[in-house]
Amino acid sequence: MEQWILTIVTFLPVVGILLLLPISKTNPNLIRGTALIISVLTFLFSLYLYFNFDSNTGDFQFVINIPWIQSLGISYFMGIDGISLFLILLTTFLTAVCILSSWTAITEKVKGFMISMLLLETGMIGVFVALDLFLFYVFWEAMLIPMYFLIGMWGGPRRIYATFKFVLFTMFGSLLMLVAIIALYFLYHSYTGVYTFSLLEMYKLVLPYGAQFWLFYAFALAFAIKVPLFPFHTWLPDAHVEAPTAGSVILAGVLLKMGTYGFLRFCLPLFPEAYQSAIPLISILALIGIIYGAMVSMMQKDVKSLVAYSSVSHLGFVMLGLFALNVEAVEGGILQMINHGISTGALFLLVGMIYERRHTRLIDDYGGVAKVMPIFAAFFMIIALSSIGLPGTNGFVGEFLIILGTFKSNIVYAVLAASGVILAAIYMLWMYQRVFFGKVSNPANEKLIDLNLREKLILVPLVILVFWIGLYPKPYLSKMEKSVETLFEFVDKKGQAYENFPEGTVISESYNVKQYSLK
Amino acid sequence: MPITIPSIDFRVIMPEIVITLFACLVMLLEPFLSNQRKRILPHLSWVGVLIAAYFCLPLWNSNLSVWNGQALGDNLAVIFKFIFLVGTLLTILISHLKSSQPLGGEYYSLILFSTLGMMIMGSSSDLIVIFLGLEVMSIALYVLAGFNRTDLKSNESAMKYFLMGAFSTGFLLYGIALIYGTTGSTNLNSLVNSAYLTEPLFITGLGLLLVGLGFKVAAVPFHMWVPDVYEGAPTPITAFMAAGPKAAGFAALLRVFLIGLGPLSPTWITILWILAVLTMTLGNVFAIAQMNIKRMLAYSSIAHAGYILITVVAGGDVGVSSAVFYLLVYSLMTIGSFAVIIALGEKGEKNEELPDYRGLGLKYPLLGVFMAVFMVSLSGIPPTAGFVGKFYIFSAAVKNGYLGLAIIGVLNSLVSVYYYLRIVVIMFMQEAPSPVIIRQVSWSLQIALWLTTIGILGLGIFPDFLFEISKQSFIFSGR
Repeated sequence: MEQWILTIVTFLPVVGILLLLPISKTNPNLIRGTALIISVLTFLFSLYLYFNFDSNTGDFQFVINIPWIQSLGISYFMGIDGISLFLILLTTFLTAVCILSSWTAITEKVKGFMISMLLLETGMIGVFVALDLFLFYVFWEAMLIPMYFLIGMWGGPRRIYATFKFVLFTMFGSLLMLVAIIALYFLYHSYTGVYTFSLLEMYKLVLPYGAQFWLFYAFALAFAIKVPLFPFHTWLPDAHVEAPTAGSVILAGVLLKMGTYGFLRFCLPLFPEAYQSAIPLISILALIGIIYGAMVSMMQKDVKSLVAYSSVSHLGFVMLGLFALNVEAVEGGILQMINHGISTGALFLLVGMIYERRHTRLIDDYGGVAKVMPIFAAFFMIIALSSIGLPGTNGFVGEFLIILGTFKSNIVYAVLAASGVILAAIYMLWMYQRVFFGKVSNPANEKLIDLNLREKLILVPLVILVFWIGLYPKPYLSKMEKSVETLFEFVDKKGQAYENFPEGTVISESYNVKQYSLK
Repeated sequence: MPITIPSIDFRVIMPEIVITLFACLVMLLEPFLSNQRKRILPHLSWVGVLIAAYFCLPLWNSNLSVWNGQALGDNLAVIFKFIFLVGTLLTILISHLKSSQPLGGEYYSLILFSTLGMMIMGSSSDLIVIFLGLEVMSIALYVLAGFNRTDLKSNESAMKYFLMGAFSTGFLLYGIALIYGTTGSTNLNSLVNSAYLTEPLFITGLGLLLVGLGFKVAAVPFHMWVPDVYEGAPTPITAFMAAGPKAAGFAALLRVFLIGLGPLSPTWITILWILAVLTMTLGNVFAIAQMNIKRMLAYSSIAHAGYILITVVAGGDVGVSSAVFYLLVYSLMTIGSFAVIIALGEKGEKNEELPDYRGLGLKYPLLGVFMAVFMVSLSGIPPTAGFVGKFYIFSAAVKNGYLGLAIIGVLNSLVSVYYYLRIVVIMFMQEAPSPVIIRQVSWSLQIALWLTTIGILGLGIFPDFLFEISKQSFIFSGR
């Protein structure tokens, strides 16, 4: 089981697609139901990972490693540590939520939509579990196609422009990363005489600074576009606004995290010296992102694009944390990835719910909604506060850890970042006030119906998570702590090897793989 | 004095013999059969292709060579024969096996003769024999391009192809003559002598040879004929041209430049580097502007020639094996996409403009998914064989130190993503005011679509088998 669980979690959605194919399209509820069951099953299987995860070790767990394309040294190599564990849970959780949330929002081409969602889920999980660079790249790229369809087929009026922009931006970065992966492959061969794409083997490589520099930036560009780091963020508002609700949730909740995850999984351990030298550049770009994203959010007339731009700001926090390079900040960064997935995901869901009722997202069209939809307003308030980072909610824990860690490494960055929290309060609360408070100025809003059971069912787990992480983050932090420490120890070890051999060498130890005794 | 007859191992040319026999048989049977019975001819043709493929198998790893290297049975020759036969088989399948008016026997006979030419071209180390193969292939193709006699565009296509082709073979022959003049031999193995490099005649000869072969593989700046010829020719023949003759041209190019002239690479590598960059970039950029899908695929085939030229520049064993891998994959992708065009254009309606594809994926989801797979594969996105092939090509370039070429290559495939995915957008995301109605897709076309799609996805997920085979294609005779 330990060996196959990751394969099951990754490919169960594909099995689900095979089940969906023969269902007649005249029976959309059966299609929806099957897709929902599959996604819930996938989530349950991913919970197995959580409960059987050993938090006393930084080794990779649930590892499977079998040769795939032997002639090139490519293997089917998967495994997780405390960094990827929660991202997988987030993916499986949000996919199930999204499928439930699309029950009435998607009425046309239901089958195609569900197939795209499930295919996307496989691609996303694959990215987080792959420990072979080739396998990683396959998932990373393959995931674009279902997302391309989701935006292009079920999106808003400018969907085709948005979907092209999304795909071309992402492809631009990832194709250069492909060249870097190939170059790394041959570099490894030149040092060791072995051809392999295994990430854990690649970790052993201590490269001279020149090679690190170019390879780091090739990887970093791909990830920075995905995050998106300022100034590569221009695809994001278009894609988020035009995508259907489920697409926006997945985009914000999971896809953006692939970029930040990539920095932590690939850039830091593979090219530590280049990573360290890039700290000022990336931190400043992250800070610009935090402040610029918040300012632009403030000026939005459309709630959805407000939430979209707030993602730029939030992901800036994550990047700042990852580049503060101490355990607190990095843990905060990882936790903030999860938090952003929950809060922003929930915000997009909420916006989608009211859009389904009124078919507008303009702030000016609303006002006094709290009077007609009190439950909706309460949910929105909780989520908005968690997005701001109010103490007691999940956002606070993540942002606090990030700012604390950043403070240790650079006070100026920390002070500037803290201002982003204030700006977040301004744009979020101002929008909340204009939409929910005051008189019901627009007669079209008078007959809005409050949330139904299905919608509450979607939001309740998210709200539970908001408070759970906010009040008692220990179960989350304890699972990732050992992995983050191991990562830093490993980077230190590589740093020493680099000082002794600046012309490049190969160290003998890499990450370990947890061994399971056969039961 | 007894005359010793050199023992000739006919196994080497058995595939060629089979194809010749079947080509003659199909042509000779044609006048004796009633219109009803003529339906047997296409079936006879594909059976011939399969038998020829069967005779290729024992040649693998045999490394035979007869007539002083004029006919080779080395692995490179075998795998190219196999690629040509796959292309031919698929072409026969997509050529309306069951439509109301069956194509005449001469159509299938010409396809087989053209295949024969390719097979000769791909398995010889003698320039004259390569030329011979090229002519056999081309002359059959000139006729096939104009096969729609009543269609002006088809006539134009044939005429253009013939004039340009004749012109280019002139270059090729002149090049061979100059090389012969310097070296006193037409055998590739005798070209490797650095003393020739100071001879202007030899250098000129090489240049002319490159021009001649450049025409056949549609490398920029010798690509002008491609869009018009591809657009005008009957669609199955366009598919055939995109797959077979291009592969044959590359077979000759690989043999002449990598195997024959490999040690002299410093003299020609820069020129091929420039050709590769120009071919990729021009092909991709011009494809964006096309509104006719056949023209778009014509420019895309130019761009793909550019990618494969990278392998010639990269050279070495990875160069050859990645070229072989990509050519097979490319044949599947391109014939598959032309098969979809044929499905739309059956019964005289053309439907070749991009707006004709609006809503296709919604009305005919299966056909739409097929086309989407081909487009995704052509743009090199995993998990398709197109991605694995491109990955292989770029890693060959990086391995042999052409990082710049690899980067230009990936940026080019970014450009190509735009126009390939635009087809997907048109098919799935736009509604047509009056959608194209497809009455019936012949079973042979369906088989071809399934075969190519399964091939593309299968080789995309489990490419190891083909990798191993293409790695061994570097075992060749000579030198």
